[in-house]
Amino acid sequence: MKNKIRLLFYILLILFPFKSLALIEVDITRGNLSPLPLAVSSLSSSENDKEALKKELDIKDLGLEISKIVENNLKKSGLFNPLNKDAFLQKPDIAHLKPRFEDWALIKAQALITGKVNFQDEKLRVEFRLWDVLAGKEMLALAFTTVPKNWRRVGHIISDKVYERLTGEKGYFDTRIIYVSEKGPKTQRIKKLAIMDQDGFNTKYLTLGNELVLTPRFNPTNQMVTYLSYFKNLPRVYLLDIETGMQEVVGDFPGMTFAPRFSPDGKKIIMSFAMDGNSDIYTMDLENRIVERITNHPSIDTSPSYSPDGKYIAFNSDRSGYQQIYVMKSDGTKVKRISFGNGLYGTPVWSPRGDLIAFTKLHKGKFYIGVMRTNGKGERLLTENYYQEAPSWSPNGRVLIFYRETKTNSKGEGFSAKLWSIDLTGYNERLVETETDASDPSWSSLLSN
Amino acid sequence: MFLSFLLSACATQTSKKIDSQIQGDVYTGTDTVEYLADGVPDRVFFATNESVLTTASRETLRKQAAWLRKNPEVTVVLEGHADERGTREYNLALGERRANAAKDYLMTYGISSSRVSVISYGKERPVDSGSNPLAWSKNRRSVTVKAN
Repeated sequence: MKNKIRLLFYILLILFPFKSLALIEVDITRGNLSPLPLAVSSLSSSENDKEALKKELDIKDLGLEISKIVENNLKKSGLFNPLNKDAFLQKPDIAHLKPRFEDWALIKAQALITGKVNFQDEKLRVEFRLWDVLAGKEMLALAFTTVPKNWRRVGHIISDKVYERLTGEKGYFDTRIIYVSEKGPKTQRIKKLAIMDQDGFNTKYLTLGNELVLTPRFNPTNQMVTYLSYFKNLPRVYLLDIETGMQEVVGDFPGMTFAPRFSPDGKKIIMSFAMDGNSDIYTMDLENRIVERITNHPSIDTSPSYSPDGKYIAFNSDRSGYQQIYVMKSDGTKVKRISFGNGLYGTPVWSPRGDLIAFTKLHKGKFYIGVMRTNGKGERLLTENYYQEAPSWSPNGRVLIFYRETKTNSKGEGFSAKLWSIDLTGYNERLVETETDASDPSWSSLLSN
Repeated sequence: MFLSFLLSACATQTSKKIDSQIQGDVYTGTDTVEYLADGVPDRVFFATNESVLTTASRETLRKQAAWLRKNPEVTVVLEGHADERGTREYNLALGERRANAAKDYLMTYGISSSRVSVISYGKERPVDSGSNPLAWSKNRRSVTVKAN
């Protein structure tokens, strides 16, 4: 599947090898109180190419649009401060060949991104360079070739490469979010599966809203999704291929299955199965369809999430009397409670980096999104609100996306559900804009590497 | 002075009204209740995070069982619900547990399990869209719905 995506996109990476003694380094482990000022020049293109691309995509200046995608991504990361283009002194085409660093230093840019857009043989070719303004050096130069309709992804890949070069960690911009789109009154919400690019563009609806759908989650290795559907009033876990639209029920359970998630290798689905008032955790192998029971306890065991190495499972259970977070080995042995703070704890989600578990906490009538180490120590609450839950990690483990619901007024009006994101540092809390109300977000892996 | 007196009187009245509808965190009012037949309420209510049946709930379910015995052709679905103050997945499990608590009780009063199916909606289908303890108490429920 990954190969297929790569093939489809057909990225030609030409890396000009060099080692620079760049001075710029962005520390992403601390709150970003002073984001790095940088200039994203419009990507230049010849009049001929502009004309041809306008015909192809109906976009007047594609180079400018791509540079705006990069600016927007870097700005929203909270780590960078893209400067206003009006202040730029050098023309895009000349800057791309040889920037006059004094001009860029004058407007206080520490880094500069330049580029060029061509259209040849029905293919879009984009090259870009990242410059260290103060050291007067090129830090990175790359070129991509792709089909023109992938132009937004080019902007995201440039953003990822710049982020990676400047922070030392992989980016998260060439990704998608799957979520539940919501409409209608609170007592009769209509819910549809929806998918969009990480920056809110290219929204597509994957179901029609005829049945209730909940909790979609991406397979970390491909474009499959697992979710809960009330199709025919039988709440069951489904598997959906978002490329082909094919879907199927997961397993043959005589009752509700819910809270699905993939294993890190994408080969299993882990979920809860409820029967006679008791919910336990099960897995199903997607290749041989073998179902395994993982927990066997009269309490509610749900919201399972694997560690990235697949060796452990975090879940929540009320076996202590209240909802708390537990970790066990992936075969269900060695169950250990890890949350001991005041309040209720739910929805544990293991960070892709392996060192942290994100969770939802309810304490004294407030909901919190927080993180703790995998042994339960070092609890840090990132955000407090009337109602919020269901964190999902960006693929680099630096950002969490979750949903928030508002309190209604005395007449029961004013309900809304929205997606929000926040950095692991607890800074940079942002509304993630969606076409409709939204909940249950799940962040995909990087589409390209 | 007069105004503040009026306000405080008003507040006391409201809280009294709520008190009379919630006992020990369980809704005891009749606002949302519908009837399967004359004198047979369709739903029972629960305390926060609980699936224990109260005395009043058991009485309601005994009435439902008697009605079901009199109408042997009727099958029912028990719809279990939770309030909005919990995580979505846990609430699905909690709704299932509540509906099964009601089902078990009907079974002990002679209703065959083949006539009773169960579905949980978690927090997805509140009857009251309010964000207050009274609304939440109405939403923590198991509703018996005729299936045929």
